[in-house]
This record gives sequence, structure tokens and C-alpha cells, in this order.
Amino acid sequence: MNVETSVRVEDKLFYNRYLVDVGRPHVKVRAHTKPSPQLLALLKVCPARCYELNDKGQVEVTVDGCIECGTCRVIGEPTGDIEWSYPRGGYGVLFKFG
Amino acid sequence: MIEEKFDAIVVGAGMSGNAAALTMAKRGMKVLQLERGEYAGSKNVQGAILYADMLEKLIPDFRDDAPLERHLVEQRFWIMDDRSHFGVHYRSEDFNEERPNRYTIIRAQFDKWFSSKVREAGATVLCETTVTELARDANGKVIGVHTDRSDGEIQADVVVLAEGVNGLLGTRARLRERPKPDKVALAVKEMHFLPRETIEAHFNLKGDEGVVVEAAGTISRGMTGMGFIYANKECISIGIGCIVADFQRTGETPYGLLDCFKRHPSVAPLIEGSEVKEYSAHLIPEGGYKAIPQLYGDGWVVVGDAAQLNNAIHREGSNLAMTSGRIAAEAIVQVKSRCQPMTAANLSVYKKMLDDSFVIKDLKKHKDMPMLMHTNSQNFFLTYPQLVSKAMQNYVRVDGTPKAEKEKVTMKSFVNARSWTGLFGDAFRLARAWR
Ligand SMILES: Cc1cc2nc3c(=O)[nH]c(=O)nc-3n(C[C@H](O)[C@H](O)[C@H](O)COP(=O)(O)OP(=O)(O)OC[C@H]3O[C@@H](n4cnc5c(N)ncnc54)[C@H](O)[C@@H]3O)c2cc1C
Ligand code: SF4
Repeated sequence: MNVETSVRVEDKLFYNRYLVDVGRPHVKVRAHTKPSPQLLALLKVCPARCYELNDKGQVEVTVDGCIECGTCRVIGEPTGDIEWSYPRGGYGVLFKFG
Repeated sequence: MIEEKFDAIVVGAGMSGNAAALTMAKRGMKVLQLERGEYAGSKNVQGAILYADMLEKLIPDFRDDAPLERHLVEQRFWIMDDRSHFGVHYRSEDFNEERPNRYTIIRAQFDKWFSSKVREAGATVLCETTVTELARDANGKVIGVHTDRSDGEIQADVVVLAEGVNGLLGTRARLRERPKPDKVALAVKEMHFLPRETIEAHFNLKGDEGVVVEAAGTISRGMTGMGFIYANKECISIGIGCIVADFQRTGETPYGLLDCFKRHPSVAPLIEGSEVKEYSAHLIPEGGYKAIPQLYGDGWVVVGDAAQLNNAIHREGSNLAMTSGRIAAEAIVQVKSRCQPMTAANLSVYKKMLDDSFVIKDLKKHKDMPMLMHTNSQNFFLTYPQLVSKAMQNYVRVDGTPKAEKEKVTMKSFVNARSWTGLFGDAFRLARAWR
């Protein structure tokens, strides 16, 4: 049973409020030619689907919808695949309920 | 740059940070609390069950004005397979008491209220401020913090790290390790809104009575994890969490699991017709006692989730956070009232006091559970739930088969799936880890 394809994460993120810090992403992917298994895992595990493959088969991150859970940090920082910081104070996701 | 020096700086305005800042401010200390969110709570996610006793120790009359949702009169535990659930429900009229023991809350609103109490007690609370680094002197003693608001450092005698499970400061300063994928769970959650009468009808409640459902089984597809459904006044919190290393191994998606959970025939009717208003995610510390890091040092202490003080087996975290925050603050007040410096030796009193509290005692009791659940996740979260469901169906379905034969079939299905040694081994390990 493949259920994942029926779920549109974009629609879910639409419910949330964000204050995007344009031009200052708080998560960055290290330049690479072939992604490591850790980077590839982020394509699936990121709950906001911030990670995507580009046409060259490299992993890219777009942090606009990031819910700041830290999962990618736990997986990708030890290998040096990503750099993770909190957004500047006040920016990022803003939970009304939490 | 803030020129004045503080007695204490608290990083974070979650459950532990608010408890620490409140306790110190009430005792006349000059406290600065820094929070990166727009307001306290705007970055925080929880189920959420609030345990009254631990909050009462901080704010005895909290029931007068805290934003509480429902007091819990019923607890449901479900073991699920794809089409059914086998449940234990505990409901008691005793929980309709004068001063209820547990409530559901909405974290963003609760934290905002908690923060207002911290301000009233006299602490300076600065939101929209991310602490970027700890400031240390030549000997490595923590003497303050750097923030993204100014170039300079803000100084204090002691820094309370209440930065939550994904705390960057403590790990960057090498005071503790970054959480490992097998020691944290990722939970995703949605808020489903419904008229309150509908919620009361769906869950068999009246007035402000509340109920929570904790669910485990094939919903986590063999990963170590759990689902939850909590009834609030006008909305339902629904979510599911699994160990990060399991997500990594299986390639399952968190939102895929949540959607499957929502569509389960036992769950779908509870949220039918609802309007979703938020989707969130957060890590939960799951390492237990063995994952607790060094808790104090020269000029610093760490509290709450940042110190892995979270009881995943009993789904308790905020109460351990509040209690560790309060105890750390009391320890700091003690050191200060003796006019002693905030050295590691003097701050070690925090650990002694924490060891004597339920926080460490409970975590110690379950120190082997995280490992057991993790290494046996296929059995505990896939095989057994399926077997239990089959056994129950076999038991309740009346079809002319003699009972003895039915029981034989059930027993055989367990043995076939796990073998006698497997069954006894699991039972023994579970009992030992629980003891
Ligand atoms: C889905 C889910 C369900 C849960 N259910 C329950 C439950 O039902 N009952 C229960 O008791 N517990 C529950 N927990 C656990 C509970 O939420 C936590 O144990 C508790 O919130 C920990 O409190 P804390 O103060 O340590 O951390 P947090 O509440 O996470 O607070 C940390 C704070 O620090 C701030 N911060 C972090 N870094 C910085 C920085 N560098 N600068 C400035 N600010 C910073 C954050 O913005 C945040 O406000 C649940 C957790 C989750 C994720
Ligand atoms: S922090 Fe969480 S939501 Fe944000 S990019 Fe990483 S995994 Fe995705």
C-alpha cells in the first residue's frame, strides 16, 4: 500500500504561519556531486518536505516551509552534509497552537 | 548590547525555562530570559497533557487563570492493527474532582500565560532573540551569552540552558553531545477543529471532561513509535511519532504515517468533519536515563529536554522539564544566598537535589526500556499487535468452533510467529526492564 503519494505536504504547510527571512536560510546543504545516504534519507524524513533532488541528482533544501524540528540536523550534521542554525529571532514558523 | 549584569540568564521560554526563571525571580534574583520565538510558545509543540502537581508547586492557584482545555476523566490505550484496535479504557468519576490531576492544554497559549507569570515575578523577558553562543572566560567558565541582536556579550553569574531537545548552544560549546538519531523520536501533529458538542459526542464527554488515547501497533509499521489523540475544548490534537533512526532505516514518511493513522477505521470517526488549522513537528528525547548528559559546570546548568529529562515510556516530559527547571533554580538560589561563586563544585547541589526527585528516580526505573523497545521494534509494534488482534477476533467471533480449538489456534499463531523462546524472552525482558 503506497499512501505517501496521496499526501500533499504543501497543503499542510499552508495552514501554518511563517515569517520568512528572505535571503538568509538557516539550513544549508554542503556542495556535493553524489548525495550521501544521510542526505538521501532527508528527502523522505523531513516532515515539511524541504529537501528535494535537482536535475543533476543533488539534494537541495528550501527552508521556507521548515517547521524547525531539527530532524535533519540530527541526521545530517554529524556527516558534515548540512549546516543547521535557528532562524534569526522572530523569524521562521510561528505556531498558534503548537 | 545590554550593559547591566544579571544574576542569571535563562535561555528558552518553554516549560523548563519558565519554571527556572519564575523560581529565581520570585526569590529576588535579577533574571534575564531570552526566547527566539515571537512570543513564548510560538516555537513549541506538545500533545499535550499538563500534570497539575508539578505546576502547582510553581503557581499554586494556576487554575484561576491558566488556559486549560479539559480535565481528564478517561485514558484509553489501544493496540492497533490495520483494521481494528484492542483497547484498555480507564474512566473514573473520581477524576471529576475539585482540583483535577491532569488537563489537556494548547502549548502556544499555555506558554504565553506561563511567561506572563514570569514577567509578573520581575524577570526581564526578551522574545525574538536567538542566543547564538555562550560567552566564556579564559578558564572556560560560562560568563554570559551572545545573541543575534547585538555584537557584544550579555553577562551573568550563571546561565540556565533551557533550550529544548534540539539545543544548539550546549552542543556547540561541547557541554554535551548532539542527540543521536536512535535517541530521539520525530512526532508530527495536526490540530483538528470541531464544535465542542461534536467533540463531546464523539468521545462520550460532558462539560469540560476530557479523554486521551495513546495508540501503538501497525500504525508505526514496525518502527518504535506511538500515536495519540487528545480531546481539547474545540479541537482535537492528533499525532504520531517514531524514532528518527527508524525513519532513516525504513524510508517511511512522517506525514504518510499520520495520514494512515487518521484514516484508520477506529480513528476516522473521531475527527470526521473537522477543519485542520495547523501542522507541526517536533523531536522528543527518548534515550532515557542512560542518555542524560553532564547537568552542570562552571557557570551553567542544563534543564528539561535539553538534558534528555523526558520519560517516553509514560509520555511525560513537560512535568520533568518544570521540575528540573525549578530544582535548578532552587540550587542556584542556594549557592547565591551563601554568597558563593557559581562553580561546578557549588552547582553540583542541583544534581543531588534532582537525584532525590521523581525525575531521576523514574528515569532510572525504566533505564532499559528504550533499548528493549528499539531492538525489538518489529515484535512489539508489528507482530504482537497483529497477533493480539487475530486472537481477539477469534475469541469474540461466534461460529460454532469449540472454544478449546479456538484457543489452540491462537496459541499456535503466537508460537509460529515468535517461537516459545522468543515469547518467553520478550516477556522476561519486558518485565525486567519495567521493574
Ligand atoms: C508531540 C509531542 C507530544 C508531547 N506530549 C507531552 C505530553 O502530553 N505531556 C508532557 O508532559 N510532555 C509531552 N511532551 C514533551 C514536552 O513537550 C517536553 O518535554 C517539554 O516541552 C520540554 O520543555 P523544555 O522547556 O525543556 O523545552 P521546550 O518546551 O522545547 O522549550 C525550549 C525553548 O527554548 C527556545 N530556544 C531554543 N534555543 C534557543 C536559543 N538559542 N535562543 C533562544 N531561545 C531558544 C525555544 O524556542 C523554546 O521556546 C510532548 C512532546 C511532543 C513533541
Ligand atoms: S528542521 Fe525539520 S522541517 Fe526543517 S528542514 Fe530539517 S527536517 Fe525539515
